[in-house]
Amino acid sequence: MSEVMGLKAKLGLNVFKEDKEFHIRIKPGREKDERLKKAVIVCPSGLYSANDAGDVEISVDGCLECGTCLIACGEEVLEWHYPSGGAGVQFRFG
Amino acid sequence: MEKFDVIIVGGGLAGLSAAYTLAQEGLETLVLERGDYSGAKNVTGGRMYVNPIRDLFPDLWKKAPFERFIAREEVSIMAEERSVTMQYDGNELAQEPYQSFSLLRGKFDKWFAREAERKGAMLVSKARVDDVIMEDGKVVGVRADGDELRADVVIACDGVLSFIAEKAGLRKPLASKNYAVGCKEIIEMDRQLLEDRFNLQGDEGMARLYMGDVTGGSFGGGFLYTNKESLSLGIVVGIDALLENEEAFKAPELLDRFKQRPEIASLIKGGQTAEYSAHVIPEGGVKAMGSLYGSGILVAGDAAGFSMNIGVTVRGMEYAMASGYYAAQAVMAAKARNDFSGASLAEYKKLLDKSFVMEDFNNFKESLDVLDHSRFFTFYPELAGSIMRDLYAVPAGAKDRIFPTIKKHMTVGEIFGIARDMWRLRKI
Ligand SMILES: Cc1cc2nc3c(=O)[nH]c(=O)nc-3n(C[C@H](O)[C@H](O)[C@H](O)COP(=O)(O)OP(=O)(O)OC[C@H]3O[C@@H](n4cnc5c(N)ncnc54)[C@H](O)[C@@H]3O)c2cc1C
Ligand code: SF4
Repeated sequence: MSEVMGLKAKLGLNVFKEDKEFHIRIKPGREKDERLKKAVIVCPSGLYSANDAGDVEISVDGCLECGTCLIACGEEVLEWHYPSGGAGVQFRFG
Repeated sequence: MEKFDVIIVGGGLAGLSAAYTLAQEGLETLVLERGDYSGAKNVTGGRMYVNPIRDLFPDLWKKAPFERFIAREEVSIMAEERSVTMQYDGNELAQEPYQSFSLLRGKFDKWFAREAERKGAMLVSKARVDDVIMEDGKVVGVRADGDELRADVVIACDGVLSFIAEKAGLRKPLASKNYAVGCKEIIEMDRQLLEDRFNLQGDEGMARLYMGDVTGGSFGGGFLYTNKESLSLGIVVGIDALLENEEAFKAPELLDRFKQRPEIASLIKGGQTAEYSAHVIPEGGVKAMGSLYGSGILVAGDAAGFSMNIGVTVRGMEYAMASGYYAAQAVMAAKARNDFSGASLAEYKKLLDKSFVMEDFNNFKESLDVLDHSRFFTFYPELAGSIMRDLYAVPAGAKDRIFPTIKKHMTVGEIFGIARDMWRLRKI
């Protein structure tokens, strides 16, 4: 079996450009919403996690702008925008 | 205030195809792309079929920066412990004009953007469009970075999430059952090693699709395409299927699990991962599509839902390019009439209906419902694998006869089940 490259290391290979603000936020008061648990499973970058209190948190660095969390959880719990022009992931191969 | 003939939101394949076609006919065309360059935000598996769109862009193909032409097609059916692979090759696929090519969007879209500019289109990158400007129910322009830009027609080519079509009231709400997610790695590999390993000569390439245990039994599959000096390796899985999977694999785990299969590990050995990407894919077909046009606006490519996942293969790039082309044709006809109302732009739908695009989507209308059926992703792969194991096993004692070996796997109940599945399959 080949060794598995951790997600952090994998994401470290990509080119990301910083944005002025977070482009995805959990809507205030929705942190415990069950729908957010789906993001923990579907996010290809593993950016969502549930803390001990059962609140789901997102750390948006490493976001691939794929849209999966938005589709899985919905607009009621997530505020989701693309990063500003020229910010975010910039694929070299794609 | 600046006014253009056409503003295109999104400089991916759909947007660039529309821009290329419009600029060629002398229309003042502005493309707004949020990435650093065209290709910076675009993810694909890796293979474009050229035949359906060859004549729409006759001058484009000679210099197109494709990776390899696909000279060998393979399908692997993966069971948990084993897999069965079928291969299709021979002269047919290796003869010009080639049917399909592997490609990397980072290179291809960047190049295509320059070709569109050469035709006279104006491209502005690092520009995110935030809204459409509506007046009396008609789209008259867009807002980007606080600027208002106006045009006779806006073409939304902003990809699968299409906030532009949503803002114009044309898109249906995003329902998770109509979307899949794809995760992909680019694995760089020395060219000689790659060609030796996959038995390729010169620019020949191969495409292999995987079904079965790739996705832990969920609707979806895996792909491996050879590029010049890299491999495109990835998985595609339905979002609902992923959420419903009993083993609750996380999306990135599925890709790692796939990479660790001995069948895959041996193929990528000696390669280095260079990039990790992911993207949502529309796969709801006609049933999930919203309106393709409105007053002053058209929708093309993934934004309109023109991607098709029929289990073993995802196709979207030809549809993106063709719909961009037909959107351009519809705009030119509307300009000749000087009428950009919805009724006038409806010509776009008529052009698509007559083309391979809508014909394909109508033909495969039922495919998602039929294929989203776990038997195709667990039962059949296990069945194929087990039959092969028993046929090839040579035990210490006498080998079983072939007929009883196969019969063992085919009880009356199984045969009935297979007949029922065939009955479902007749719809696609
Ligand atoms: C993993 C995977 C595998 C696939 N495999 C294949 C395959 O092998 N063959 C195939 O034919 N198809 C495949 N597809 C489908 C194919 O990639 C898509 O159908 C195709 O990329 C759609 O092109 P598009 O131009 O419509 O959209 P995109 O390529 O998504 O382009 C949309 C563009 O719009 C820009 N944009 C979005 N919003 C804004 C905004 N507000 N302002 C400015 N710009 C904006 C984006 O930056 C982007 O450049 C695959 C897809 C995936 C994800
Ligand atoms: S857009 Fe994709 S990568 Fe970004 S947080 Fe959502 S699921 Fe994760």
